[in-house]
Amino acid sequence: MAFKTPADLQYTKTHEWIRIEGDEATVGITDYAQDALGDVVYVDLPQVGARFEADGVFGAVESVKAASDLYLPVAGEIIAVNEALVSNPELINKDPYGEGWIVKIRVAPGVGALMSAEAYSAFVDSIKHS
Amino acid sequence: MSDRIGLRRTPLYERHLALGARMVEFGGWEMPVQYSGIIDEHRAVREAAGLFDISHMGEVEVRGPDALPFLQHLVTYDVAAIPPGQSNYALMCLPDGGIIDDTFIYNLGDHYLVVVNAANTAKDVAWMHECARNFDVAVTDVSDRTGMLALQGPAAEALLAQVAGADLAALPFHGVARGIVSGIPAIVARTGYTGEDGFELFVAADDVGRLWDALLHVGRDAGLKPCGLGARDSLRFEACLALYGHEITEETNPYEARLGWVVKLEKGDFIGRDALQRIKQEGVQRRLTGFEMVGRGIARSEYEIRDLEGRPIGKVTSGMPSPTLGKNLGMGYVPVALSREGSEFDVVVRDRPVRARAVKMPFYRPRYKK
Repeated sequence: MAFKTPADLQYTKTHEWIRIEGDEATVGITDYAQDALGDVVYVDLPQVGARFEADGVFGAVESVKAASDLYLPVAGEIIAVNEALVSNPELINKDPYGEGWIVKIRVAPGVGALMSAEAYSAFVDSIKHS
Repeated sequence: MSDRIGLRRTPLYERHLALGARMVEFGGWEMPVQYSGIIDEHRAVREAAGLFDISHMGEVEVRGPDALPFLQHLVTYDVAAIPPGQSNYALMCLPDGGIIDDTFIYNLGDHYLVVVNAANTAKDVAWMHECARNFDVAVTDVSDRTGMLALQGPAAEALLAQVAGADLAALPFHGVARGIVSGIPAIVARTGYTGEDGFELFVAADDVGRLWDALLHVGRDAGLKPCGLGARDSLRFEACLALYGHEITEETNPYEARLGWVVKLEKGDFIGRDALQRIKQEGVQRRLTGFEMVGRGIARSEYEIRDLEGRPIGKVTSGMPSPTLGKNLGMGYVPVALSREGSEFDVVVRDRPVRARAVKMPFYRPRYKK
């Protein structure tokens, strides 16, 4: 099964995506991640205004089976959370890159290492086949 | 999911892949965790039927003139109370009362079949051989040549009746019999691990593929779904059936695990009896307790439990959002004083204490045909 990895996004090894637009960015989890997780039943969202370092745990997505921490791809401050996920966590499964977005952040200066869509696809292939 | 080297596969491995299963490591095996989705499969078992590949389970035959006295020595349950054609849950305990494994013992008339947990099979078989030294008994691990399926749910009986004789579909609760299922010689038992009516079927490993195909075929219009270990876990969790390594371990005893009913102190001597008698007399310090999350958060295995003053008092053994009940539920060990229904404590979810309240167990009342 081929997973979607839109070319205009950047990715992490912990399966988050980030769309950086100026000093703001939107963050969610990838198509591969939502599929691996199964039905998302709960999303633990951070408070607006909370600040996190790059790779800081800012929340969690949970299926019946397990909880998975969410890591912020870059340092920043939460400026919005997707409230729709509180009552409809399955949006993450249905539309991981659209309606299933998780947080918007104000990006702190000094963005760290992120992967391109191409690099992320190759990474997913490598973990799928190992 | 990076390291699958050395994992064992059941004879149905290729079929699981063809059905689109997601495979995971479990107890040294590469097993399907889900096909269509855990919630979908869970509902199928509660409302219609599900078919599980549980060929990873260990099966041990016990034969010989001393089969009964040996098993009486080995387990806490009174095996003499299991007549031919019946089965029961039983525990193997250490001399100190800690639980080596939980098992199901089937009396097949000419021998006993003991089903043990996959991850414990090697440990259990070694222990059984050690304990068998002074008995005239043959203990044989037949796990590798045995396939095992579970057909579970309210539609299970009607589905089995389409591929097996009426005598098998009419087995009583915990009954077991040899028979033919879809042309395949099988041992069929009215047992399971879901809190629903259903059957477990033992066949030769070479036949389990054909049996799997036949059952999925007869169930295709009846809502039967292939189900993975994810739904197996969520179903047993709602029925508060213990999972080895979680609710029960070598560090837990049957009384604190609420399994005192499986310990028959009056049946005569057995391994762990002295310790268990003492534990029962003195009373337990902690007890397995079911709880509902009052605050927002999902309890998970190993999460810390604190009293309302913030002192650590125990750990969660299993926790998840219950698909049938729509609540975030959990089980864990807490001091006896806090194990009563309505008691409140906190579960630490990602460094945050979230309020929980003890509730009645089981969460889901099993619907066995008795």
